[in-house]
Amino acid sequence: MTDELLKIENLKTYFYTWAGVVKAVDGVSLNVKKGETLGLVGESGSGKSVTALSILRIVPRPGKIIGGSILYKGENLLEKEEKQMQKVRGKEIAYIFQDPATSLNPVFNIATQLVEIIRHHQNLSKEEALKKAIELLRLVEIPDPEVKIWNYPHQLSGGMKQRMAVARALSCQPNLLLADEPTTALDVTIQAQILDLLKSLKQKLKMAMILITHDMGVAAGVADRITVLYAGRVCESASAKTIFRNPLHPYTRALLEAVPSLALRREKLKVIPGSIPNLIELPSGCRFNPRCEFAKQGVCAVQVPELLEIAPDHYVACVRAREIEAETPFGGLS
Amino acid sequence: MSSEVVLDVRNLVKHFPTTSRGVLMKKQVGAVHAVDGVSFSVKRGETFGLVGESGCGKTTTARAILSLDPPTSGEIYFSGEEVSQVFKSKNKAAILRLRRKMQYVFQNPYASLDPRMTVADIIMEPLAIHKHVPKEKWHDRLYELLRLVGLEEYHAERYPHEFSGGQRQRICIARALAVEPELLIADEPVASLDVSVRAQILNLLQELQQKFKITYLYISHDLSTVRHICHRIAVMYLGKLVEIADTDTLFDSPLHPYTQALLSAIPIPDPEARKSRITLPGEVPSPINPPEGCRFHPRCISAPEHSCIEHMPKLIDVGHGHLVACERVHS
Repeated sequence: MTDELLKIENLKTYFYTWAGVVKAVDGVSLNVKKGETLGLVGESGSGKSVTALSILRIVPRPGKIIGGSILYKGENLLEKEEKQMQKVRGKEIAYIFQDPATSLNPVFNIATQLVEIIRHHQNLSKEEALKKAIELLRLVEIPDPEVKIWNYPHQLSGGMKQRMAVARALSCQPNLLLADEPTTALDVTIQAQILDLLKSLKQKLKMAMILITHDMGVAAGVADRITVLYAGRVCESASAKTIFRNPLHPYTRALLEAVPSLALRREKLKVIPGSIPNLIELPSGCRFNPRCEFAKQGVCAVQVPELLEIAPDHYVACVRAREIEAETPFGGLS
Repeated sequence: MSSEVVLDVRNLVKHFPTTSRGVLMKKQVGAVHAVDGVSFSVKRGETFGLVGESGCGKTTTARAILSLDPPTSGEIYFSGEEVSQVFKSKNKAAILRLRRKMQYVFQNPYASLDPRMTVADIIMEPLAIHKHVPKEKWHDRLYELLRLVGLEEYHAERYPHEFSGGQRQRICIARALAVEPELLIADEPVASLDVSVRAQILNLLQELQQKFKITYLYISHDLSTVRHICHRIAVMYLGKLVEIADTDTLFDSPLHPYTQALLSAIPIPDPEARKSRITLPGEVPSPINPPEGCRFHPRCISAPEHSCIEHMPKLIDVGHGHLVACERVHS
C-alpha cells in the first residue's frame, strides 16, 4: 500500500533485569497510514510506551529491541545507523512525553530549547529560527508568544508547558507524532483544551499521530483507529467505531464495561478479576486467559492466539472470537 | 440513608501563609487561600462527593475536617460535637474517641503503607492504639478484616511491596475499618489504580457501605466514578463551593457554568457521541491572589455581568436541596 506511513511487524523489546527477562513488548504488529490517528490503548505495563520508544530507538537500558521490523516510509528503522536515526528523531518522527514538567529542560528558556531543535534540523540563522519559534507558539495558541518565549518552564502552568512541548514536537513539521499520554498529568478542563488543539493541528498539518492513552474516552474522541494492547501483545485492532460498537476480544469488552459510564448508571460495575500479570512469568497460552470470562479449558491456556482478520480491517487475537461474536453480542455502552 | 446530619461544615477557611526571608525572621507576605468559606453537610449513610480540579481545595478541606491541618477558622460539627474544639483541647482521650469515628483512606497506596511493617502489623496498629478490642481477639479481628476486603489469611504475614496497587488499597481500607468508623474520608482512592482494578475497589466500597452503614466523603476529580458511587455531589472551584445537588440533578441539569463546562469536558468512550464541548478559556487563577467577586468570572463563558465582578455570589438553594453560587442563576 502506498499510503502506509509506518508498519511495525512482530516487534520484540525485552528488558534484561536482575530478576529476569521482562517481555515488555512481545510481538506487536501495527500500522499507521498517512494523516491517520492511531489510538494505542492499554493499562500500565501493557507495552504502549515501550512500543513508541522502540520506534525512535530510545529504549532505556537494560531494554533491547531483539526482533521484528519497523518500516517507516518503506525503510527499516532498526537497520539504520545511529547518525541516520538522529535525522529521523524530531524531524520525521517527534515525541510528546507524558509529563511536561519533566520533559522540558528547567535551566533553559523556551526560546533556547526551540531554537536549538530548529537549527539542528534546518539551515536557518538564529533570528529566522526565533521568528519561526514564535510562530510555532502562535500555532499552539499561546497568548503573547513574544513574551512567553523568554519564560523558563517553571514560570508556566501545566497546560502551557504541554503546549510548549507540542510546539517543540512540531518545530520541524514531523510526518508522525508520537503523543505518549499527553493529557494524563493535566486537569479535565485543560485536557479538553489540549485534545482540541491536537485534533485541529492534525488537520491543519496533515500529519499522522499515535496517541498513547489508558483512557478509552480520550481515544474515542481523537483516534480514527484503535489498537488495544495487553501484557505486551495486541489484543484487537480496528476502526474506533468497531472497537466501541462490536468489540470481540474479551479484554476490550471488559475494559469498556469496567469503566463507570456517565450515560448509564449501573448498580454494580463489572469486575475484571485479578490483576495484570507479571511480565517476567507470563501465563501460558493467551495472556488474558486467567482473567477471561470466556476462557475455554484446555484451549486458551495452551494455544497462543494469533492476530487474525475477522472482518475487513478488524483484527482480533482470540481463539474464540467468532464464537463470542455469534453467542454473546456486545450489549454496548448505550 | 437517614436525614440525620453526621458531618456539618460551616464556613470552613484554611489559609497557608506564604513567607519571604526577612532580616532575622521569616515574614508573612501573603496567603494561599486554599479553602475560603466552605459549608456543606453530610447525612448519615450517604456518599457525599467533593469534586474539582487539582488545587481547588478538596484535599485541604478533608484534612481540615480531621484537623490534620487545623483550619484557620470555621466550625465543623461531627454528630453535633464541635470537632476543632476537641482537637484544640489536648484532651487525649477525647481526641482518640473522635479519631476512631473518622478515618481516612489516602490517594496513593504506594505511599500510605509503612514498607517495614507486615500487613498484620499495619491492620492491628489501630487496635493497639484505640484498645477497643481485647488483645486475645486481635487476630480474629485481623482475619475478619482481611476477608472483608477480599484478601486471604495468608496475606497477613506479607509486606506491602509484595502486593499490587489494588491489593494495597484494600489493605488501606481494612486499616481504616479496623476501628469501626462512622465516617470514612476517601481521597481519590482509585486515581492511582489501573482501569481494570478500579471497578473492584469501587464495588468493595459500595458493599462495605451497605453492610456497615458507613458515611463516605468521597473526594475525586473523576466525574464518571463520582456519578457511579455518590448520592450527593459538591463542586469546588478555587477554594469555594459553586454547586451542591444530588447526583442525578447535577448531571442532568447542572446550573453553574463551571459545572456545565466540567461535565462537558469528560471524554466519553463512544466515537460517535461527539457532543458540543464547552472548552473553558485560560486556566485556574492562583489562589494567592484569587479574582475579586465570583472566582470563576475570568473564565466564565456566559458573559460576566458587572455584578459578577463586584459581588461574591452566595450559595443559595434554588429548590429541592440544589444549591448554586451564581448571580446569573439567581436573577
